[in-house]
Amino acid sequence: MPHSRLLRREQFTPVTYLMLTVALFFAMVLSICIGSVPISFSDTVTSVWNAAWGLPIPENIAKNIILNVRLPRVLCVTLAGAALSICGAAMQGLLRNPLADGSTLGVSSGAALGAIIAVTTGFVLPGFSFGGSMVMAMAFAFGSLILTLSLAYTLDRSLSTGSIILIGVIFTMLISAVISLLITFSSDHTRTLSFWTMGSFSGVNYDQTAILAIALVICGGILIRFSPELNAFAISEDNARHVGVHVKRVKMIIMITVSVLIGVCVSIAGTVSFVGLIMPHIARMLVGPNHKRLLPASLFSGAIFLLLADLAARTILSPVELPIGVVTSIVGAVAFVVIFYKTRKAG
Amino acid sequence: MIRMLQGEHITVRYGSRAVVDDLSFHLGEGEWLMLAGPNGAGKSTLIETIAQGVPYTGVIRWEGEDIRTMKGTKLAQRIGVLSQQNHVAYAYTVEEVVGLGRYAYKAGMFSGRDDMGKEAVDKALELTGLTELRRASMLTLSGGEMQRAFMAQVFAQNPQVLILDEPANHLDLKYQQHIFSLIQEWLKEPGRAVLSVVHDLNLARHYGTHAVLMDRGRSIAEGPVQDVMTRENLHQVYGIDVYAWMQEMLSQWE
Repeated sequence: MPHSRLLRREQFTPVTYLMLTVALFFAMVLSICIGSVPISFSDTVTSVWNAAWGLPIPENIAKNIILNVRLPRVLCVTLAGAALSICGAAMQGLLRNPLADGSTLGVSSGAALGAIIAVTTGFVLPGFSFGGSMVMAMAFAFGSLILTLSLAYTLDRSLSTGSIILIGVIFTMLISAVISLLITFSSDHTRTLSFWTMGSFSGVNYDQTAILAIALVICGGILIRFSPELNAFAISEDNARHVGVHVKRVKMIIMITVSVLIGVCVSIAGTVSFVGLIMPHIARMLVGPNHKRLLPASLFSGAIFLLLADLAARTILSPVELPIGVVTSIVGAVAFVVIFYKTRKAG
Repeated sequence: MIRMLQGEHITVRYGSRAVVDDLSFHLGEGEWLMLAGPNGAGKSTLIETIAQGVPYTGVIRWEGEDIRTMKGTKLAQRIGVLSQQNHVAYAYTVEEVVGLGRYAYKAGMFSGRDDMGKEAVDKALELTGLTELRRASMLTLSGGEMQRAFMAQVFAQNPQVLILDEPANHLDLKYQQHIFSLIQEWLKEPGRAVLSVVHDLNLARHYGTHAVLMDRGRSIAEGPVQDVMTRENLHQVYGIDVYAWMQEMLSQWE
């Protein structure tokens, strides 16, 4: 008879998927309904359903608010939450470190710096209103990645996770200092620039949402495809090599994929911290550490969390809107302390 | 004797210091080659070198082919490596960790099927006495149970050569005997060989067919185990009369 105290139950069943899907649906509908103009559940569902199938929408429904303001925002928040969370889960597996997420590599800060430079220098792409900051955010995310890895490689040729995290933290601090400097000397843009450091989904549109959706499908698909390799890395890098994983190649693919996805997110919504750090922990509690289940669960948990955080940011001090990064940081810090305490206690 | 694994003039440097210094070895079918020597002799580094975990000069060949040019999955189907240090950070089940041993057989975009996988994992769990703990979290295992789990992963990998760094680590005497006898049985199948680092010279002498005695990265002696692990050679590398000390230890029981 097995020792029951040691057994870990397989908890991710189709029912769990169903529950997460239902929770996500309600969080999305709730986010559309609640705001400075309250909208009923039935109006929300009717508008979205009719718009999706090209049917006429009744006159008495505030369709402009639903379809042009709240729906693109809700979709964008959902996708960004899912993206940041799956990136965090992948990094925590790859680096075998529960404190790792995209920002550990300095990718988020680098992307924010790129976007800020685009704004301060007026860099734009013709016919693509937010293209300048997006391209710069992605380029700087790549640049940050290469710089972090190069410095880590100089320090330690095996590119061990400890070296990468150390360099990532130092790099993030340096970038933060540069951003503060730019904000100080760019008084014309102070308010705009603050957005990149604290994050906001105010004013996002369908174009941005579509780009984020494409990035998530491609990058998320790649990360899920590499679930077995991430499992091997999460045991240890040596173990991954011993079972046959091409360690350097897989590491590079995952890091580049994560930096692209984070670059796109940051260019649209600024730096939204803690989602990628906390939500994979919640997902891990639900489904265990196997990335085959963890990555899909992280998509759901990140999306739901960011929807609720955005809802709180919009409504707590309405009509004043808080930067979403402030909300995620407060909730995330508390959640992190609780998780850390429980982990230590269990350990 | 068919040579399966062969190292020629292997040198590993950490800065200017040669941790493994111009060392050569060969491993033939049916052989159990013991790497012995004091701390810092370079035994574990040699294991990681064979596992392609550290940069080196020289050549390591699998049946004549330079293993540097082999794909990771192809190498893993031939060589199974057990590290000295094995820790886990997340609550994987024993079965999940053992199942990773099948990675080389199902890796790749279009080769997700591994018909032998479940059978190999079940057999590996049974061999290492972990069937009842297959769904236990790795975080709840004792050091010995964890060592057996990683041993099971190597068995599930079904390689032709086992490369083991201190397989007796954390194991009590019962499981030391169990695991070493298991490896001895495993070795009886044709086309197999074992290379291991073993600190316990009694185990090395008893189970090994051949040995390389190392000191400060160099090979001091190599050949059949009884020719290598002599009183004189051991005295030279350990700096004490190992034979006399072991006799003294044993005499306590008489």
